[in-house]
This record gives sequence, structure tokens and C-alpha cells, in this order.
Amino acid sequence: MDPEDRRGLLKCMLWAGTGVLWTVAGGVPRSGLLGAGAEAAETGLSFVQISDSHIGFSNAPNTDVAGTLGEAIGRVNQLKGNASLLIHTGDVSQLSRAAQFDTAAQIIKGAGMDTHYVPGEHDVLDEDGKGFFARFTKGAAGGYYSFDQQGVHFIGLNNVQNLKAGGLGNLGAAQLEWLTKDLKDRPASQPIVVFAHIPLWTIYQDWGWGTDDGVQALAQLRRFGSVTVLNGHIHQIMQKVEGTIAFHTALSTAFPQPAPGTAASPGPIKDVPAGRLRSVLGVTTVKQVRGQSHLAIVDSPLGT
Amino acid sequence: MQRRILLGGLTAALLPGLARPQAPDARVLIDNFAFSPATLTVKAGTRVVWTNGDDIPHTVTDAATPRSFRSPVLDTGDRFAMAFPTPGTTHYFCSLHPHMQGSVVVQ
Repeated sequence: MDPEDRRGLLKCMLWAGTGVLWTVAGGVPRSGLLGAGAEAAETGLSFVQISDSHIGFSNAPNTDVAGTLGEAIGRVNQLKGNASLLIHTGDVSQLSRAAQFDTAAQIIKGAGMDTHYVPGEHDVLDEDGKGFFARFTKGAAGGYYSFDQQGVHFIGLNNVQNLKAGGLGNLGAAQLEWLTKDLKDRPASQPIVVFAHIPLWTIYQDWGWGTDDGVQALAQLRRFGSVTVLNGHIHQIMQKVEGTIAFHTALSTAFPQPAPGTAASPGPIKDVPAGRLRSVLGVTTVKQVRGQSHLAIVDSPLGT
Repeated sequence: MQRRILLGGLTAALLPGLARPQAPDARVLIDNFAFSPATLTVKAGTRVVWTNGDDIPHTVTDAATPRSFRSPVLDTGDRFAMAFPTPGTTHYFCSLHPHMQGSVVVQ
């Protein structure tokens, strides 16, 4: 990434929101922050993404993460329109505890939506993630799966297990092989939405914000005309478009994390000004399109 | 913010067969997503105690394959202790945040 791009990306970051409403209309995914007055499109598939609820976290700047998840679901209900499904991109819990999973599931059930999860690294701390998979990935024992919704092919990936020392997120050979088979007979015209916890593109290697073999997954997706990659993990919005692939990371419902390299560590931003946790600072509308791609991802900024 | 400190108990529970070594414990603090010191040099027989000072959970996990040890998940203030009876170098990392790496050099 050249410095100009880096600056552009850094300007794009914002934090401390509740969820992202996605619409796919004419093959162009758009996201709007919940609370910005965004409404689901009248036509086309729309869905909602939430991420990083971290139920069980109880430190600055948020000692009531169940409360803020509840508020996020409340916003989802206000704004979902005809949205047909909800995606959670991982770190449902802080410590993979059954009670934390239960609390999260109970709150998220309040959206009354078909909900699809992928694990975050906090969700697979015990028994190789069996507890999470049994509850949240509907029998997908590896935590990855796919399904079709209104002509769009959704692929949930697990890149949070078997991480290597010094490495980043990891998909592994078995999952990549599964992905190859999953995509094999699909027409390039079918819109694809990939969701996984850790960004599949390298955002900041020093903090582990990327996926070691993400490139191999992305190589398989390049022949498709519309690919949207949704991630969490970094608790802030970052996005870019590369060819026909649009990348986007979601806000957390629990706490913000610093922009890459702006703090000693990627730990929570603790000194959020009073009353500002639910707001967004320094919002910038972002549109990065490279090459001949018609794809765009547009974040609608929140108010003050 | 209050930090939960688990004193005692944990080590004995994790290492029921090990007697407490003679040398004083060596300590590694986990802070700001880093092991400090990143390289710890001790004499054979020393027990090393890791304490998580972060608000985010971490682990202490053998970097070698096959893996010979992995701590339970250490929440804020939790500790993990392990004795190093024989000379050599052990590389470890956090299995949640694999960019966090450390070494114990046993002389």
C-alpha cells in the first residue's frame, strides 16, 4: 500500500457504532450505519451485519456490553426494513463461556431475523470451538459454510483457529479446498458475499490484522463480478475496493479499537469521552474504486 | 476498572505433579499485547509466572510443532506458571494474537 492510499484509508476509519445495514441493489452493495437514517432498499437483497459483541467484557470503556448489544438489536429492529438476514462476524463472547453465548443469543434473538454467525478468536477458546459451532453454525463443525439467499451466495469462513506463531488469521488447507468446491460450478455473474471475523486482507500486520492465506481465498473469488468481503475483529470501519472485490470491516457493538499504529497496542480505546460511546467521531464518506470495477461501498455517515 | 487477581491455586491446579522449585520465580508481564520481557533468561529449574495485565484475554502457547504446552485462557489479572527444568530455548506465542511472541532461554 502506498502512503497516499494509507492516508486515504486512515481517514476512513470511525468507531463506536452499533451495526451496519447492507443492501445489494443492482449488484452494488451499500452500507449505512444504523442510526444514520438508512433504510433498507425497496428492492433487492438487504441484510444487516453486527460484530464483536464480546459478551463478558466488562472494562473501560464499556461495562455493559450486553446493554449496547441490546441497543444495537433495537436499532436493527427500527431500521431493518425488508432485510432478510442478520450476520454476526464473530467475537460473540469474550471468553467462550456457555453463559456468554446464551446471553448473546437471547439478545440477538430479539431481532427476529435469520442470523448467521462465524467465530471470532474469543469464541473458540475451549474444546476447539465445539461449543460455538454447536450453537451458532448449525452443525458446520469447522465453523464455515455457505448458503444462497435471493440469488446471492453467502460464504461464512473461519479464520481464527490454528494460528501460527508470528502469523495472522488462518483458513487452512481443508477450508480452502472446501471453498474451491463450493465455488466450482457457480456462474461468475452470481453476487458473492464472504464473511469472516479477521480481515481477509492485510490491514496491519504488526497487530495481526490480516489472514495469512487470505490471498488464496481471494484468488478464487476474482473471477466473480461482484464480491463483498465483510469482516470484524478490528472494531472500526475500514474499506477498500480491489478489482471486483469490495472489502469492509464492521464496528463493534462493545468497544472501539485504535486505528492501526496509533496506539501502543490494539487494545480497547479506554478514554472514550463521556456520552460518546454510541456516537461516531470524524466520519468520512468513503468511496474507493480501482480499475474498471463498477462496485462501490459507501458508508453513510452518522450524525453527531 | 477493577482487575481480578487470582492468587495461588492456579499453578497448583495446572501443575499438580511439580514441586515448587528452589529458585525464585521469574516473571513475565503481558501488557499492551506484548510479553515483557520478550526474551527471558533463567537458570534451569526456575519457575516462570506470566501475568496478564491486559483487558483482553491471552494465552501462553508453545510455538513448536507438536505443541507441548498451552496455558488456559488468561483473563485480566490471571496467571500461568510453568517450570523450566532443563537448559534450552523455548519459543512461545499467544494463540489468540499470534503476533505476540516470546522466548524463555534456560541456562
